[in-house]
Amino acid sequence: MNKVEISNFNFYYGQTQCLKNISFDITSHQVTSIIGPSGCGKSTFLRCLNRMNDLIPGVRMDGVINIDGQDINAPQLDVVSLRKKIGMVFQKPNPFPKTIFDNVAYGLRINGIKDQDYIDDKVQESLKNAVLWDEVKDRLNSSALALSGGQQQRLCVARALAIAPEIVLMDEPASALDPIATAKLEELIVKLKEKYTIIIVTHNMQQAARISDMTAFFMQGDLVEYKHTKQLFTHPDKKITEDYITGRFG
Amino acid sequence: MKKLDIYQFFGMNALRMCMGIVVFILCVIFYDILSKGAGKISWEFLTQMPRNGMTEGGILPAIVGTCCVTLITGIFAVPFGIGCAIYLNEYAKDSWQTRLIRMAIRNLSGVPSIVYGLFGVVLFVNMFKFGTSILSAGLTLGLMTLPWTITASEEALKTIPNGYREGSLALGATKWQMIRTNVLPYAVPGMLTGTILGLSRAAGETAPILFTGAAFFLPALPASINDQFMALPYHLYIMSTQHHSIVKVRSIAYATALVLIGLVFLMNLGAIILRYHLRKQRRE
Ligand SMILES: Nc1ncnc2c1ncn2[C@@H]1O[C@H](COP(=O)(O)OP(=O)(O)OP(=O)(O)O)[C@@H](O)[C@H]1O
Ligand SMILES: [Mg+2]
Repeated sequence: MNKVEISNFNFYYGQTQCLKNISFDITSHQVTSIIGPSGCGKSTFLRCLNRMNDLIPGVRMDGVINIDGQDINAPQLDVVSLRKKIGMVFQKPNPFPKTIFDNVAYGLRINGIKDQDYIDDKVQESLKNAVLWDEVKDRLNSSALALSGGQQQRLCVARALAIAPEIVLMDEPASALDPIATAKLEELIVKLKEKYTIIIVTHNMQQAARISDMTAFFMQGDLVEYKHTKQLFTHPDKKITEDYITGRFG
Repeated sequence: MKKLDIYQFFGMNALRMCMGIVVFILCVIFYDILSKGAGKISWEFLTQMPRNGMTEGGILPAIVGTCCVTLITGIFAVPFGIGCAIYLNEYAKDSWQTRLIRMAIRNLSGVPSIVYGLFGVVLFVNMFKFGTSILSAGLTLGLMTLPWTITASEEALKTIPNGYREGSLALGATKWQMIRTNVLPYAVPGMLTGTILGLSRAAGETAPILFTGAAFFLPALPASINDQFMALPYHLYIMSTQHHSIVKVRSIAYATALVLIGLVFLMNLGAIILRYHLRKQRRE
C-alpha cells in the first residue's frame, strides 16, 4: 500500500529550483532510503513531507504530495495533525535546552497527555528503542545539552519515536554514531518498520543496502533512480547511479 | 618586535584607553554626587515629607511618585512590548510592511522625550481625560519606552536557534504551543535585561512627565493613580534650577540625585539577579 505518493513535485528556494519534477511512491511498512551527493536536495525533500519548509520565507512549490491519499499541501489540511503523525529526526541534532526526560516527554505533553506513569513508560521505552537508555538512565533530569553529539542524535530519535508517529523521517540519524550504536539503530529501524513507515537519508551506501527495502537516488534535484534496494545496488539502470554507489563519482 | 605585534600592542592599548576614559568619567560623576549628597542621606530623608518650603525634611513623595509612575510604565510597556516583539519576530512575514514597521519602531526610540511629553498631554491628559496624573505620566513614559522594549525583546527572540522552533513544530505543536514552551522561556532572560534598562531610563526622565502629571510640590502622598505626584528627576530639576534658594538646597539636590541613581541601580541589580536565576533554572 502506498503511504506517500509524490507526483511532479517541484520545489524552489526563491529563484533556484531545488527539486525537479519528482515522482515516486513510498510503500507503508517499509524502509525507504534516499541517497545522493551533498546538496542534491535530500533534506529539502524530507522536510517537504512534514511541511517544515513552510517556515522558510520565499519558498515555492508545485506538484502533489499525498499522504494516506490526502494532499498535504491542500489549503484545508491541518498541518498540526499532519505533523503529529510524522516523526522527524533533523540532520543537525536539535535537543531542547531542557532535561533529557523533558525532551522526550515534550511531544507527549504538548499533545495533552498528563498521566505521569504513561509518560514515564513512554520516555523509557523510547530511550531504550533509541539505544540511549543505559547511558542516561541515571541522569534523566540533567540537561540534554550536556550530551555528546551522538547521544544528542539518539535523543532526537527517541523524541521523535515517543509520539508514536506513523511515518518516521530520519535525516542522517547515524552520522555521529560509532559502529555499535549504528548497528543498534539499524536494528531498531528494521524492527520499527513493522509499525511505521520509515524514510531515511543516508550517506552510507552499506547502511542503505543493509536496512532499506527501496532506495531513491537523487542528484542535483532530480530523482535519478528509484528501485528495490537490492536491484539498485546490484543492477543500477543508469551509469551515473553505478558511479555514485561504487564511489567513482566526481 | 614584529610588525603584527606592534599593531597588536597599539590596538590593545587604544582599546584599553577608551575603556579607561569611560570608567574615569563615570567615577568622577559618581564621586561628585556621592561626596556632595551622601552626607544628607538618612532614614529621615528617605521617609519624610519635605518641610519648610522644601528646604528641610525628606523626599518621600518623590520616591513614591517615581516608583508608582515606573510601575505604570512597566505594566503598560512590558506586555505590549513583548507582545509586539513576538508578533514581529514569530508571526509577521518578512514583507516591506513589516520592514517599514520595524524601521518606524527603531526611529521612534530616537524621538526626543519632550515630544513624547507633548503627545502625552494631547492623548492621555486631554483626549482620554486622565488629567495630569500618575496614570497619564506613566502611560506617556510607557509610550516612550515601548520602542526599546520591542527592540530588546525582538533581539532576545532572534537569539533562539531555529532548531528549537522546528523541533517543536515537527512534534505536532501548534505555533503558539511552540512559542510558549520552546521559545519564550529561553528568551525571557534577554527580554528582561533590555526591558529593565528601558524602564530605568524612563524612571530618570523629566520631560515626558513635566506636563502630564509631575507636580512642583505636594503636601501629601498620592492616594490613587489619578492624582498628581512628585518625581525624583523633576524634584532634582526644581532643586537645582527653580527653587527660591538654590544654594541652600544644593545638598538636597545632590542627595536626590543619589537616591535616583540608587533606584536605577537597584532595578538593574534586580534584573541581573532575576536573569541569573532564570538561566540557572534553565540549565538544570
Ligand atoms: N534555507 C535555504 N535557503 C536557500 N537555499 C537552500 C536552503 N536550504 C538548502 N538550500 C539549498 O538547496 C540545495 C539542497 O539542500 P539540501 O539541504 O536539501 O541538501 P542535502 O541533499 O540534504 O545535502 P546534505 O547531504 O549535505 O545534507 C542546496 O544547494 C542548498 O544550498
Ligand atoms: Mg541534508
